Amino acid sequence: MQKALKKYFALFALPGLICFAIAFFIPMVMGIILSFCEFSDVTNATWVGLENFKYIFINGEFTDALLFTVKFTLISVISINIISFALALLLTRDVPATNVYRTIFFMPNLIGGIVLGWIWQIILNGYLLKYQVTLVTDPKYGFWGLVILMNWQNVGYMMIIYIAGIINIPRELVEAAQIDGANKRTTLFNVTIPSIMPSITICSFLTLTNGFKLFDQNLALTNGGPGKTTEMLALNIFNTFYGRVGFEGVGQAKAVVFTIFVATLALTQLHFTRKREVEA
Amino acid sequence: MSVAGKKKKTTIILSIVLILLTIAFLAPIFIVFYNSFKLKFFINDNPFAIPFNTDMFAGLLNYDTGINKIHFFRAFGYSLFITVFSVLAITFITSMLAWYLTRVKTKFTSITFSLLMFSMIVPFQMVMFTMSKTANILHLDNPIGIIILYVGFGCGLATFLFSGFIKSVPIALEEAAMIDGATPVQTFFLIVLPMLKSTAITVAILDTMWIWNDYLLPYLTIGNDYKTIPVAIQYLRGGYGSVDMGAMMAMLVLAMIPVIIFYLICQKFIISGVVAGAVKG
Repeated sequence: MQKALKKYFALFALPGLICFAIAFFIPMVMGIILSFCEFSDVTNATWVGLENFKYIFINGEFTDALLFTVKFTLISVISINIISFALALLLTRDVPATNVYRTIFFMPNLIGGIVLGWIWQIILNGYLLKYQVTLVTDPKYGFWGLVILMNWQNVGYMMIIYIAGIINIPRELVEAAQIDGANKRTTLFNVTIPSIMPSITICSFLTLTNGFKLFDQNLALTNGGPGKTTEMLALNIFNTFYGRVGFEGVGQAKAVVFTIFVATLALTQLHFTRKREVEA
Repeated sequence: MSVAGKKKKTTIILSIVLILLTIAFLAPIFIVFYNSFKLKFFINDNPFAIPFNTDMFAGLLNYDTGINKIHFFRAFGYSLFITVFSVLAITFITSMLAWYLTRVKTKFTSITFSLLMFSMIVPFQMVMFTMSKTANILHLDNPIGIIILYVGFGCGLATFLFSGFIKSVPIALEEAAMIDGATPVQTFFLIVLPMLKSTAITVAILDTMWIWNDYLLPYLTIGNDYKTIPVAIQYLRGGYGSVDMGAMMAMLVLAMIPVIIFYLICQKFIISGVVAGAVKG
């Protein structure tokens, strides 16, 4: 069969591979090369070696954005996972109309980042008006604004994954624990949580990368303001490319560093939690 | 108190908590909705006041201004066209690619597969500049060309999901068909494709949500001439001038309506698709 199928390479594999090459593979290779160049267009590059990378770390902008992103991501990952897990516990209990609640809590996830950003900009600025400030008066408002927005968007999604995990816990396991005299607390920490380790893996992985790569919401909510103080990595890279001419090489180098961060994060996290799963 | 009575009491408390949470979840959408009928002065003045009195009430004025300013219906058309055809193309092209890559075992296919998986974790910023230049050179900067780009970015996850499923079905069925004289094309369309239906729904749902809401890719490639809804909304911000909050509210409402309708109709598929996508991703 393999031999017969191989002859049909042009029909089955080629269309997809051409698209992949145009959209991803060629730009990726070009991007890596260009991060060592100075250019304003892809055709006029001159080799500068590691200059771009040196510039990133001399000029503190990128490290500031990194710090902001890390802080934001940490807090979001923790809060989203705790809230969504709590909601999942609530909605797997014997309450009427759980499906209606699931539907409602999940909904914000479908609304796009730009629209979400503007909705929250209006709400939060409306609230802050009472104190005569706005989201871009102080970076802390933008920071917590982003955290609130991120929670609103992601809690429902993660809740659904946790619910799927909780439903799949074998009944006997919980009953056995209760017969052995375990109270609610012990059951939660010694039965429920270890049994849903796979869900925890998935949710922390998703929230981590979602948070780290956040762009649309950042753009629409604060656009990095005041100044560049609430600029996250993705927005900082975007502004480096398109904010002014002459820094495209630096932008591309930042993008390479960003990619290394995201890839390392994703792979370590997966590795780490896969290991936990086996132990649990 | 009896056990049953105690249980009933917990149910009531839990329900109250959940209703309060529901209100908190829906409040932002509701606030934007009623503000879209307020004159813009009153939105800035007191965004939480409901426009009961006639002074504040703007009727459809904000909708009128917004629609004309960003050509909302044109943006809706572009968004719809790009989303529908990209999703169809991704589902179709990638299911074939995934079948080929799973069933033909060579060095080339395994490297290609790894590259596709790798593309899933690479952030868009890595390729955005070079990709938009490439698209420009190849004249893909139009609503049809962008479909090719979406197939390119979407085929990582879609290949992953499809090939995960293909691996789980016995190859014997396909081999039997081929021995009976079916060509690979017939085998694919008559045997493989029908089996992939549920995975295809998952792929289609995940990609619809992604492409409909995507901002950066259409902004960078076709943003000047063809504004999709997210690009048009962000465009309302304009240069350095202040934003017309009235028009903004109205456009946010119009942007949310199709999403909410889509959600209510396909709710079951969406939730199960998301779970399937996340669990395997």
